[in-house]
Amino acid sequence: MRIDEKLIKRRKGAQTVMWNVFRGASLVNAAALGVICIFLFYNGLPAISWEFLTQPPRDSMTAGGILPCIIGTIILSVGSMAVAFPLGVCAAIYLNEYAKAGKLVRIIRLGIANLAGVPSVVFGLFGLAFFVTFFGLGVSIISGILTLTILVLPVIIGTAEEALKSVPNTYREASLGLGATKWQTIKLVVLPAALPGMLTGAILGLSRAAGETAAIMFTASVFYAPKLPTSIFSDVMALPYHIYVLATAGTEIEKTRPLQYGTALVLIALVLGMNLIAIVLRAKLQKKR
Amino acid sequence: MAISRKLKDDLIKYFFMLMAMVSIIALGLIMVYLFLEGLPLFKDVSVIDFIFGSFWYPTSKPAEFGIFPLIVASVAVTVCSSLIAIPLGVMTAVYLAEIATPRARGIFKPLVELLAALPSVVIGFFGMVVVAPFLQDTFDLATGLNLFNASLMLAFMSVPTICSVSEDAIYAVPRDLKEASLALGATHWETIRRVVVPASLSGVSTAVILGMSRAIGETMVVLMVAGGAAMSPTSIFSPIRPMPSSIAAEMAEAPFRSDHYHALFAIGIVLFLFTLVFNIIAQHVAEKHKQVGAATL
Repeated sequence: MRIDEKLIKRRKGAQTVMWNVFRGASLVNAAALGVICIFLFYNGLPAISWEFLTQPPRDSMTAGGILPCIIGTIILSVGSMAVAFPLGVCAAIYLNEYAKAGKLVRIIRLGIANLAGVPSVVFGLFGLAFFVTFFGLGVSIISGILTLTILVLPVIIGTAEEALKSVPNTYREASLGLGATKWQTIKLVVLPAALPGMLTGAILGLSRAAGETAAIMFTASVFYAPKLPTSIFSDVMALPYHIYVLATAGTEIEKTRPLQYGTALVLIALVLGMNLIAIVLRAKLQKKR
Repeated sequence: MAISRKLKDDLIKYFFMLMAMVSIIALGLIMVYLFLEGLPLFKDVSVIDFIFGSFWYPTSKPAEFGIFPLIVASVAVTVCSSLIAIPLGVMTAVYLAEIATPRARGIFKPLVELLAALPSVVIGFFGMVVVAPFLQDTFDLATGLNLFNASLMLAFMSVPTICSVSEDAIYAVPRDLKEASLALGATHWETIRRVVVPASLSGVSTAVILGMSRAIGETMVVLMVAGGAAMSPTSIFSPIRPMPSSIAAEMAEAPFRSDHYHALFAIGIVLFLFTLVFNIIAQHVAEKHKQVGAATL
């Protein structure tokens, strides 16, 4: 009998040890995020000033601010979302509301899943070959927006489909039962119910596009643009590319360190801020259900 | 009236179908244009020399376009980062799905999602200014920008992917299996080890493959912290130049439609095929061993 007790103790002990190991693994992830954020806040905050946020760079980019980069990043991410969101929502409506299980749907899903796995630098190459060269759009805002659109499309479709799935079938049946057509049902019943969930996806897509570097470095962003963009055919400066250029290719990498920290801080504040909004929004939606 | 209503509904359906096809069309166009711009290289260089050639001197005369060291570098950095990311990601997933209290879960899950949201250029920047000097001082190296640094940074980029896909798989394990194990007197940990993990193995494998696919295609991190030497690595601290960083670093200086330009697109083809194969395997595993209920075990 005593032996059995010992065995149970050992098995319980093993469980306690493993629990701590698993908890430790989660803590490592949290710590990684924490260290990066705290480090950037600590070093970046002194660089942030009104001038930094509202002035263009001066003295061959060793002083001044990052206004053109902020504007460029906003134009690129909002622009790509303006194209990708309607497109992605329509695709999700087809997949969730119209399509019957079959070959076509399987191929479409396979395409979406594989599109999501394409490396961002390959999107950059494609944008260069297709939008910049073949369509002759040049290194421009529109080339960047279209490249980013394809890149964020899988994210939008995925979340939009989740949102549509969460609309109870009774809603659809009630509407159809009243004599509405399928399209009327979707437009007046399903979409309004699913819209908040879809917005979460739009915010996530926005933040993904804002942080993306490799896809825009051949298609839209430049090292230095003397003035703010005037049309969709202008090239732009963007926050992620600005960090990369200052940190690796600038003539005075050490001297511009504060600018690099400041730019990185603005970028993560923007991206993590949007993600936090999306997370809170989603939590609220789940609670309501 | 009834006919026109039906016609309108059909037209709307076909419109949505068209929108849904945009993704496949885009994927197809990506392939076509990579090949259009990459294949002209093989007029001058044979495929064998390109893939197995061990010298990458695209700008010297005569130029050499051997990407073998680049492929080795990509594989090395992917394997090394996986060695860190797989245990970390899977253990976090088990913690979130099985062990964490709802409150702890409510804190840790968003944190993992935020980790996934960190822009790669920021992680690369962190690797450059913090990890690199630290490695250089601690291990007395010529440069802190090397295989180990890149693997470490990449690991934290693939952890969220591995974690969230594995977590879904662990959740999908039927409840009666777990209860059966607990009822037989197994502890919770024994149940996880002998029942939950084996039952969710196909989902976890999918997660691992997707995580590796993410690591091999990741660009900014390897561009900034891998060191950039186009040689096969000899140690864990060798500077390397994986495929994505070659494309990103050299595209700006490659003359339009020169051999160098075509070679970079050809690297893009190789990279694209790598990730495509990874993704197809992942989908195959997920589909074949789909957990529909206890009966499939």
